[in-house]
Amino acid sequence: MAWFKRTQKGIQTPTEQKKDVPKGLWYKSPTGKIIDAEQLENNFYVSPEDGYHVRIGSVEYFKILFDDNKFKELDKNISSKDPLNFEDTKKYTDRLKAAQEKTGLTDAVRTAVGKSKGKDLVIACMDFKFIGGSMGSVVGEKIARAADYSLKHNIPLVIISKSGGARMMEAALSLMQLAKTSAKLAQLADAKIPYISLCTDPTTGGTTASFAMLGDINISEPGALIGFAGPRVVKDTTGQDLPKDFQTAEFLKEHGFLDFITPRSELKDKINLYLDLILNQPVR
Amino acid sequence: MEYLDFELPIKELEEQYQKACNIGSESNVDVTATCKQIEKKLIETKKDIYKNLTAWQRVQLSRHPNRPYTLDYFNALCGDTFLELHGDRNVKDDKAMIGGLGKIGDQSFMLIGQQKGYNTKTRQYRNFGMANPEGYRKALRLMKSAEKFGVPVVCFVDTPGAYPGLEAEERGQGEAIARNIMEMTRLKVPIIVVIIGEGASGGALGIGVGDKVMMLENTWYSVISPESCSSILWRSWEYKEIAADALKLTAKDMKKQKLIDEIIKEPLGGAHSNRKETFSTVKDAILSSYDEFKNLSPSDLVNKRMDKYSAMGVFKA
Repeated sequence: MAWFKRTQKGIQTPTEQKKDVPKGLWYKSPTGKIIDAEQLENNFYVSPEDGYHVRIGSVEYFKILFDDNKFKELDKNISSKDPLNFEDTKKYTDRLKAAQEKTGLTDAVRTAVGKSKGKDLVIACMDFKFIGGSMGSVVGEKIARAADYSLKHNIPLVIISKSGGARMMEAALSLMQLAKTSAKLAQLADAKIPYISLCTDPTTGGTTASFAMLGDINISEPGALIGFAGPRVVKDTTGQDLPKDFQTAEFLKEHGFLDFITPRSELKDKINLYLDLILNQPVR
Repeated sequence: MEYLDFELPIKELEEQYQKACNIGSESNVDVTATCKQIEKKLIETKKDIYKNLTAWQRVQLSRHPNRPYTLDYFNALCGDTFLELHGDRNVKDDKAMIGGLGKIGDQSFMLIGQQKGYNTKTRQYRNFGMANPEGYRKALRLMKSAEKFGVPVVCFVDTPGAYPGLEAEERGQGEAIARNIMEMTRLKVPIIVVIIGEGASGGALGIGVGDKVMMLENTWYSVISPESCSSILWRSWEYKEIAADALKLTAKDMKKQKLIDEIIKEPLGGAHSNRKETFSTVKDAILSSYDEFKNLSPSDLVNKRMDKYSAMGVFKA
C-alpha cells in the first residue's frame, strides 16, 4: 500500500503564490543531489550525499587549514602588468580588470602564513575562478616569495594547485615561471624544508610541469583532474579512446605520481601528520 | 630544395639563373653578363625578403624541411667523436630525444636534443620531435652523468611540444618535465642551450634551462604554438599570424624581454641555405659561451643561474 496518496492531480499552487528559493541556498552536485548550502559549508564543501568535492578557492582552503581562520597574507599587493600589450578577442588589461571585479581577488594565487594545529605553515593557494587559475608573472613571483619566506623562517610550505596552466597572455614570461618556481623549490629542498604539493581539481598544464609534481609528497582530493595535456588534446592527437578514470587523482595514484588521496575533511590532519613524521616531531 | 610561399621570388630567380647557365653551356652565347645580373638581383631579393620577416614567417622558417636538425649539428660539431648514448634505464629509449658525448674543439660535452625526421618514415620514427616522459628522463640521466664527471652540457631545442599521448600521461609527462626543470636549475656544470628550430612550451623548457640560452635568428620560443594559441583564444585556426605577433616569440622579442641571452645570426636565406656556415657560427657560440662559465665554481654557477631565472617576470608591486 502506498504511504501517500495524491488526491488532486497536477500542481495546484498558483504561480504568484509560489515561493522562490534565493540563489546560493542550495547546491546541486554533478550526480544531481541537492544539498543545503550551509550544510555543504559545514562539511568542508563536500557533498554529504555523494562525497563530491566542490571546487573551492583560497578563502575556503585557508579556513580549512589555518587554526581559527587566522593568518597573515603575504605580498598582497603584487598584481599583473601587461608587458606584451596582449590582445586577442579582448585586451588582457580588460580581462584582468573584469576578473578582479568579478572575484575580488588581485590574481590567481594567494599566499599566507599562519598556524595549523598550532605550528607555523606557509600556504600558497591558487584560485581557479581568476582567469582559470592561470600562472603568469604574478603567480610565479608570489609562489617564489612564499618559498623564500619558508626558507628564511624555516617553515614548511604547502602549495595548493588549481590551474588550467600557464597564462597565454604573458606568453614566454609565463613559461619561465616554471623555471623560476622550480629553482626556488630546489633551494627549499637543499635546505631540507618539507614541501607538500596538494593537487586539486583541476591541476593541468604548466603547473604539473613544475611545482605541482615536485612535492616531497604529492597529494590530492578524490576525483580531481590532474594531467599535463588536457584530455581533449590527448584524444584528438592519438585518436585513442581514453579510460574512464583517465587523469583522475585515482589514476595518478595508481600510476605512481601521488602519495595519497585524502578527503577534504581529513586534509588538515593528514598534512600535519606527515610533517610531524618526516621532521621526527611528536604527533600533534 | 623546398620553398616557402614568401620565398617564391627567390625560387623564380634561381630558376632563371639556372636556365641562363644552361643556355651558356649548351650554346656559344655569352651569358656571363646576364648571369651576373640575375645573381645580383637574387642577393638583393633575398636581403629584402629576410630583412623584414614577420613573426609568422620566422615560425615557418623554423619548421623548414631542409633546416639542419639536432643530429646534423652533433655530427658536424663533433665529427667522429660523437658517441650516442641510449635509454632512460626505466622503460625504453625515446627516439625523439637523443643524446651522447662528443668533443667540440678539445672539450668534451654532453650533447642532448630533440630530433625530428627528414621524411615520412623517419618523422614517424622520431615522433615528430615530440618526446615522451622517458625522453626527458633519458636527458636527465645524461645530465646527471655529465655532472658527476664535470662535463658541460649542451642542449639543442627543436620540438613542437612534449607528446600529448595516453601513455605519456600514464608515465607522468608533467612530472618528468618538472623534475628536469628543477634539476637543471641546480646542476653543477655549465649548461648551454641553443634553440635551433621550434621551442614549444614545457616540452622545450624540459631541456631548456641554462646558464646561456641562445636562439638562432629564425626560430621561435613561447608558451604555446601560434596555431594552438589561435584556436584557444580566438576559437579558430585562422588567427595564427596575429597570434604569432601577439606572443612575441621571435629571437629578437625574446632577447628584448631578457628571457634568452643571445641571438645567433643565420646565413642570408636561413640556416638551411648554408649549413656549413650555420654549423660554424653555432660552434663558435657554444665555445665562447663555455669560456664564460668554465672557471666559475659550481656554487657561483648555480647561484648565478638561479638569480637569472628568479628575475624573470613583469608585475606591479
